[in-house]
Amino acid sequence: MDQNDSLPPPDPTAAPPVVPVPTPDASAAPPKPAAPRPAAAAGGAKPAGAAAAGGAAKPAAKPEPKAPAIPPGPPDPPPPADLARPGWLEAFEAAFPGVAQLSYFVGDWTVIVPLDRLIETATWLRDDAAARFDYCADATAVDWPTRAQRFDLVYCLYSVPHRHRVRVKARVGEAEAVPSVTGLWPAANWFEREMFDMFGVRFSGHPDLRRILMPEEWQGHPQRKDYPLEGPGELMIEDPQEWLKLRNAAREAEFD
Amino acid sequence: MDNQRVTSSMFDTDELVINMGPQHPSTHGVLRVVLRLDGERVVDADVVIGYLHRGIEKLCENRDWTQIILLTDRMDYVAAATNNLGYCETVEKLMQLEVPRRAKYIRTALAELQRLASHLVWLGTHAMDIGAVTVFLYCLRERELILDLFEEYCGARLTYNSMRIGGLPGDLPPGWDRKAREICDLVDEKVVEYEQLLTQNRIWLERTRGVGVISAADAVAMGFCGPPLRASGVYRDVRVDEPYAAYEELQFDIPIGAAGDTYDRYLVRLEEIRQSTRIVRQALDGLPDGPVMGKVPRLIKPPAGETYHAIESPKGELGFFIVSDGKSLSPWRFRVRPPSFTNLQLLPKLVRGHLVADVVALIGTIDIVLGEVDR
Repeated sequence: MDQNDSLPPPDPTAAPPVVPVPTPDASAAPPKPAAPRPAAAAGGAKPAGAAAAGGAAKPAAKPEPKAPAIPPGPPDPPPPADLARPGWLEAFEAAFPGVAQLSYFVGDWTVIVPLDRLIETATWLRDDAAARFDYCADATAVDWPTRAQRFDLVYCLYSVPHRHRVRVKARVGEAEAVPSVTGLWPAANWFEREMFDMFGVRFSGHPDLRRILMPEEWQGHPQRKDYPLEGPGELMIEDPQEWLKLRNAAREAEFD
Repeated sequence: MDNQRVTSSMFDTDELVINMGPQHPSTHGVLRVVLRLDGERVVDADVVIGYLHRGIEKLCENRDWTQIILLTDRMDYVAAATNNLGYCETVEKLMQLEVPRRAKYIRTALAELQRLASHLVWLGTHAMDIGAVTVFLYCLRERELILDLFEEYCGARLTYNSMRIGGLPGDLPPGWDRKAREICDLVDEKVVEYEQLLTQNRIWLERTRGVGVISAADAVAMGFCGPPLRASGVYRDVRVDEPYAAYEELQFDIPIGAAGDTYDRYLVRLEEIRQSTRIVRQALDGLPDGPVMGKVPRLIKPPAGETYHAIESPKGELGFFIVSDGKSLSPWRFRVRPPSFTNLQLLPKLVRGHLVADVVALIGTIDIVLGEVDR
């Protein structure tokens, strides 16, 4: 009986949900001018993109100029002039004069090499007695979508006998084939597979280039900056700039 | 004639492809291994991962610098505090923040307790894979006490969120260090018990000695890290080579193996348990006074730049490569170098030529956590 008593109330409460539904519709009158704006901004975006645009509708109205631009690339600060260079680095510069650009930041040395010299310099770094970078600690990519050569390939190398580190960087365009370093460091096998999976970097000479974390039939490369965070995976927003603007606007809204 | 055909097909020597996992209890989560067998021998193996891929790297690129600490918990969930430590130290390096000495010491103690907990889970599950169920129950019993300790410190048992950029969320509760010491004494006592069960056990020796041998040169070239690398005879430990937290000021030994087989990996980890209790005691003895939180800007926004920082997690070298664009409130690129990922890469090489039953032992010996492999 009590249950029967408790049952009727849901029926009246079933009505209230109907009431709030019209209220957004009624209140939608003021945001209505705002609504077409993100829709126009999203352009050809499909439903999921539209949903993101809906979330960003409110802040997009006011902080339009606040959205930061996509960074053009890493700063790669040059080493301070008074900083002593490690011996292996001096030897490296002597072996490859003018090939590499050096960078130093918070204690880390980075050697930026052109893609066509990557294998040559990497072999030297691995085999030279003073360098001996025999351990490939990590290999990954960074996406800078506005740059012509959009990916930075980053190899974090370590030397077990000498206990020092270096990062080797190479810039690569979307369609360029990258020579695989698996011949030098077999450890890079899965790292390169992950780069291929997540960024779509094409490696030549890799023994087993397949997707590793995503399913074989997956479309797109999730770690690219123009790949949306939410929504159906196959859906790509065509314009990365637009997507970043939406993302930044949504984040500003969270802070307001 | 018919008879002959039947016999030849009965003694067929074709290779057999079988699938193991992703729902296999000995794969420690959701690992799938496709094995090519010749009778009972493994000819080749293909490791299929990604079943636990949650896109943590991508998520972190869309979260605040402080919100990421929570996400790092979800990678190696057996040793979440180490992940917190690795991430926070990387951001501190990027921002050149000074961490108070007291915070460094507490961090070290927490990281080592976490190593104890992780190694205990490893020992228990590894032994159970091989068939010694008792050890599993014993190990989890001691691990439970360590989790209680963490619960008392930060309120959580597995995903701690126990560090902050620039320090720690809070000081140790009163009486915590006494309890930690008691647990260290207890673990030291119990390690002897585990050793009595396993180290000289004939079955254990048969199943682990000479199984999955990796030479030092191979281990370095193929990116082995952590206890498996040391078991192959390579002296490499991030705590000593590139000291972080308070390790520089503490005394401890790095156990090194010789044979590089499953048995040596077991011995190395057991010795690490002993060394960890030693480090925890030293860290608590030398605990300096002072604050546990450094001077940190209200809004964490590292300058534009990038850095790689590695720590020694219970599984090996846990590295973070973080790129900040200096403008937005989240990292531009957040990359984790998971130790289990690189160690798992060697599994096909380890299992080749061994029996199917050894595959289980070899998955156990490299101590993987799929949450970290797949991220």
